[in-house]
Amino acid sequence: MHALKLPLILLPSIILFSKIILFIFSNIFYTMKLFIKFDINTVCSLFLKEKLGERQVNYTPLGFGEIELDKNLTAEELESMKNDLEPLGLEIVENQKSVLVQKIKDAIIEMVFMDENGNNLKSSVYLAEKLNHSYGYLSNIFSEVTYSSIENFIILQKIERAKQLIIINELSLTEIAFLLNYSSVAHLSTQFKNTTGITPSAFQRIIKKRRENLK
Amino acid sequence: MQKSALHILLADDDEDDRLFFKDAFEEVKIQTKVQFAHDGMELMEHLMHPDTILPDILFLDLNMPKKTGKECLIEIKKTDHLKHLIIAIYSTSSSEEDIEDTFIQGANIYIKKPSNFNALKKIINEVVTLNWHYHTSGLNRDTFLLRLK
Repeated sequence: MHALKLPLILLPSIILFSKIILFIFSNIFYTMKLFIKFDINTVCSLFLKEKLGERQVNYTPLGFGEIELDKNLTAEELESMKNDLEPLGLEIVENQKSVLVQKIKDAIIEMVFMDENGNNLKSSVYLAEKLNHSYGYLSNIFSEVTYSSIENFIILQKIERAKQLIIINELSLTEIAFLLNYSSVAHLSTQFKNTTGITPSAFQRIIKKRRENLK
Repeated sequence: MQKSALHILLADDDEDDRLFFKDAFEEVKIQTKVQFAHDGMELMEHLMHPDTILPDILFLDLNMPKKTGKECLIEIKKTDHLKHLIIAIYSTSSSEEDIEDTFIQGANIYIKKPSNFNALKKIINEVVTLNWHYHTSGLNRDTFLLRLK
């Protein structure tokens, strides 16, 4: 009699105990499902904020996946940024036309700033060969994207180089005109004045005074 | 990388000039966003405010009450976070002295206020296009000088 009483008392607690064990086991053996509601914009902007923050760049969202940075990234920075974003599933979409325009600009700068012969080359032939497109095609795309012509951009860069050379003050204006393949000093001076509104000598004077002013 | 809109700020106390300017910008091909300051004091307060998004080009009238354009120019060039701003002087004066002096003080562009709308439109187009090249083509801003009549 006594021996029977004990299991009876214990039975409910054994059942309860086994239920607990089963519960624990079920959580080990079965995977768990959670439903997550997410806002893709928040997620995306968090990653962007982190990756741009590392580069000390601020941005403003413009909607539809477009953002505006508060400064220009160099080609290398943009490349490393692309590599950082890729594993997160974010991709920088590049406009093919803008990419081509940048290539045209790079090629022109290389040509103008080349030390030898660069400015003796015929620019239309040089660009067409270098970029593998007809000059007409390049010229149209360039005007469409920048609202100015390739010819203008070349002049702008040549004057930019002339400015550098004037500031360094090692060469005379005649020598600079020769280096940049102008037919005469007068031609360079006229183009300088047309592009900047001031003469080369006024430019030289202003920059010199400005530097003294800063000291 | 094409920027979505170019931020333009004009400091000018003359209401007609501001309207004229605004209309001209509305007809420029490159997309722009134009803001105004009514005098030199307001301009400097705006630029010094930490929440201000700095303009891509600041157009500065020389003759303004409270603080002249030239005083603003000197102050801007002495302020670290402002000294790289592209500054276009926008003035009725065409004296060679004013022009050279503001260039020496660090202005990038000198525009003599044109008398008709078409001339203004042409000038603004030129400034905006050229400025855009400076943004995207690694041109040296320290030697960026442009005089327009």
